[in-house]
Amino acid sequence: MKPRVGVLALQGGFAAHAAILHSLGARVDEIRKPQQLASIDALVIPGGESTTMSMLLERSGLLGPLSERLEAGMGVLGTCAGMILLAAEVVDGRPDQHCLGLVDIAVRRNAYGTQIESFEADIAVDGLDAPFHAVFIRAPAVERVGAGVDVLARHGDRPVLCRSGPATVAAFHPELSNDTRLHTRFLAGL
Amino acid sequence: MSATDDRAAADGATATGGDKAATGTTLVKRGLAEMLKGGVIMDVVTPEQARIAEDAGAVSVMALERVPSDIRAHGGVSRMSDPEMIQRVQAAVSIPVMAKARIGHFAEAQILQALGVDYVDESEVLTPADEAHHINKWAFTVPFVCGATNLGEALRRISEGACMIRSKGEAGTGNIVEAVRHLREIVGDMRRIEAAGDEAELFAFAKRLRAPLPLVQEIASTGWLPVPMFCAGGIATPADASLVMQLGAEAAFVGSGIFKSSDPPKMAAAIVEAVTHYRDPDILAKISSGLGDAMAGLETATLAVKMAERGW
Repeated sequence: MKPRVGVLALQGGFAAHAAILHSLGARVDEIRKPQQLASIDALVIPGGESTTMSMLLERSGLLGPLSERLEAGMGVLGTCAGMILLAAEVVDGRPDQHCLGLVDIAVRRNAYGTQIESFEADIAVDGLDAPFHAVFIRAPAVERVGAGVDVLARHGDRPVLCRSGPATVAAFHPELSNDTRLHTRFLAGL
Repeated sequence: MSATDDRAAADGATATGGDKAATGTTLVKRGLAEMLKGGVIMDVVTPEQARIAEDAGAVSVMALERVPSDIRAHGGVSRMSDPEMIQRVQAAVSIPVMAKARIGHFAEAQILQALGVDYVDESEVLTPADEAHHINKWAFTVPFVCGATNLGEALRRISEGACMIRSKGEAGTGNIVEAVRHLREIVGDMRRIEAAGDEAELFAFAKRLRAPLPLVQEIASTGWLPVPMFCAGGIATPADASLVMQLGAEAAFVGSGIFKSSDPPKMAAAIVEAVTHYRDPDILAKISSGLGDAMAGLETATLAVKMAERGW
């Protein structure tokens, strides 16, 4: 049975994730309303503007039901803004910004500066033979890693790919660099 | 230096430390546009307006001295904003900040890049500085968005290095008709190219559109522009936002439509939600209710200046 993967489609780079998941054989649902959560086996939270997504999670009524599904152990992949939303603590966020708190890390928003500092670089990822080409767009940085969180990749000293139970979070955008290995691994883990 | 050289330079590694990180590449520039999809970029003229926009859920703000409807009313030459004003907006919000340079005015763009803005809009809303040449956008680290009224114009801007296209519409009118015309024009031609029977038809499309053949060939194989396409110029209500999204826009720029309405925080939040739920009439009915007055609109036939005609 193909897994049914939801991609949170409130705002951001959801289409690129959906296209990759679809190409890997998953059934993909765009998620904008609480009632759409019932049928999915796993979720991707894409990059985008985390403050916007946080507000739309609340206004759409998704926040509570989504937290419940995640706390019940649903597999989830969060990239960039998705990492920020899934973190336990956000530094330099808005005071009213919601943290889903699934991964015990502290994340600083826009840690590298403005768009001019955005970059791409090869990183070594645990369990992958060849480097992964990672794209960092106004990226967040992990400033604290709690117990039970595995760091799977770093750029310089900074953790950029972390896993905690069923949740994987990346500070970069695996959906932008034409490399499906992290999505393949995500689907294989479901 | 040719545009090809600039493009090669843009895609080469700009080493930062020992990590072989490359900044200002095409992927990185287009990447931010990808992340703004499904969002609303709002024109703001003060830090207070920028905060209202961020509080309402804007994904980015465009810092400028006057919104387009006031530029129209004011007349005269309209230029890049005062850097101090842009910096105050940057200090007021944590979301990306864009700013406008005049068409062809690469010195204004250089200043905006030095200020660290996140996107430069080479915009027809300002008075053009060059009647033949647009800015060579490959030469910059900061990404550019440009307006287009048709597919040929969009592809010429992309060939000059634009990493996001916005359909122009007619800024400052609160009238959606031009935005709809431009979107239908662009999307319709993409559909016709995708349906082309053979390569010879693509040569003819490139000629007719005055567009580079490789970009026409790319559309034939992917069905879409190589960069995101947003919509600008005339969005004044949540329904307008829904309309342009359903016509193929991937995000919305709202200029005068927010701060010329009677209740800007409410209108801003409603348009943000409308872009997310653009296919859901039940939700749109709810968020369109009780918003007060939208901005006063202008009939385009009565306009002294059509901004969309600027750009070559």
